[in-house]
Amino acid sequence: MKSNELDEFEVDITRCMHCGACVGSCPVNAICLNEVVLEFNDDCNMCKRCIKVCPVGAIKLAGER
Amino acid sequence: MPEYDIVVVGAGPAGSMTAKWAAKSGARVLMIEKRQEIGSPVRCGEGISRSWLDSVGIKLDAKSVAWQVKGAKIVAPNGKSFYLSEKMAGNEVGLVLDRVFFDKLLAKDAVKAGSDLMLKTSAVGLIKKDGKVSGVKIKSFGETKDIKCGCVVGADGYESQVGRWAGINTSLAPRDITSCFQYRLTNIDQEYDYCEFILGSKAPGGYIWMFPKDKDTANVGLGIQLTKLKDPAEVKKYLDKYIQGDPRLRKGRPLEMVSGAVSICAPIDRTVADGILLVGDAARQIDPITGGGISNSCRAAKVAGEVLGKATKERNFSERSLQRYEKGWRDLLEDHLYRNWMAKEKLVTLSDDTFNKIIVTLNEVGVEKVSSYALLKAIEKKHPELVKEFQEFL
Repeated sequence: MKSNELDEFEVDITRCMHCGACVGSCPVNAICLNEVVLEFNDDCNMCKRCIKVCPVGAIKLAGER
Repeated sequence: MPEYDIVVVGAGPAGSMTAKWAAKSGARVLMIEKRQEIGSPVRCGEGISRSWLDSVGIKLDAKSVAWQVKGAKIVAPNGKSFYLSEKMAGNEVGLVLDRVFFDKLLAKDAVKAGSDLMLKTSAVGLIKKDGKVSGVKIKSFGETKDIKCGCVVGADGYESQVGRWAGINTSLAPRDITSCFQYRLTNIDQEYDYCEFILGSKAPGGYIWMFPKDKDTANVGLGIQLTKLKDPAEVKKYLDKYIQGDPRLRKGRPLEMVSGAVSICAPIDRTVADGILLVGDAARQIDPITGGGISNSCRAAKVAGEVLGKATKERNFSERSLQRYEKGWRDLLEDHLYRNWMAKEKLVTLSDDTFNKIIVTLNEVGVEKVSSYALLKAIEKKHPELVKEFQEFL
């Protein structure tokens, strides 16, 4: 599953609180929070913990509603 | 010779206290903060106790304290409650802070002690020479710079990067993560003399808190254990649902929203490496039952600053030298953190019915002092079956 995960997630910037809950919970340190921009790198193993831990539901799989 | 002995990454309470005590002990310290303002945005329920402040040299000013309470009110799932005076309530009760001012107060103390401070400045990586940390790469107001130093302190919070860069394992199991959401709600009715904690399945594996900020305003939030979450955005939904169901809060409106995650883990294996030291949330020093981190962070940070002062005089920032911090903070906190982690592992399994019985029992038998041990002992007297899960504590 190590293809281009950069495109696998969508961050809803109208929900994101920039709190870092996803960053600190990521088991492989694949998420970077640059002040207000969330970036995923290709260390991501698609465990989707970030989707679950986000208190406001700002992260989703690309293409999902 | 490098410009600084120590670079502290993050200007929250842990960072500022480390910087203060290191600078006081003669180290040349730079503290960097990625945000444009210290203390903002707030990511905290803001409830603390008073008891530890003197021991770390914090003198609160009027602005840092939003409200003072007489104690804690613990509420069972069925709505029955148990009151604790401040003296008995332990770690997270007594004062409700205004972190916007409190964090600035601690940063001012660090600066007064001689620490340098830069805002809008993030650490982006460690600089290593011959395999040893020799500084930190920073991005400051658009410019990338290398800062040479003897030791980099990771006070960079829940989302800490410094430890991970240094190869220190700070990763968390899902059961050791709590996802949190909070409103500062105004126009509410509340017992403003008490910090309220609501237990049970309204916040699975966590609790709902209500910490008064003034007579009709409170920080109302909840934390839920990650393993108990299923759908996205559930944490906010749980809180919205609770507020709608509580007639005191239904007409409240939010002045502020806060989200975040909190570690509720057992103490991690190590918090130092050659030229690296972790403190506060970055070192996973949060109390696994209450989710409170300020007192533990500040107590560990004082030890860190003093050890870093000695290490500076000796020009020795090796892992061996920094072990004095590892030992020092563990002497203060490790037993308590470990016991509370064990207790948390049990508490998250209790049913609403059991919580209801526990609150009834506490009202019947009373408690003189609140610690996990004293509470369990009190319950055991009356209902040993309620605490059979906790035998190893008794």
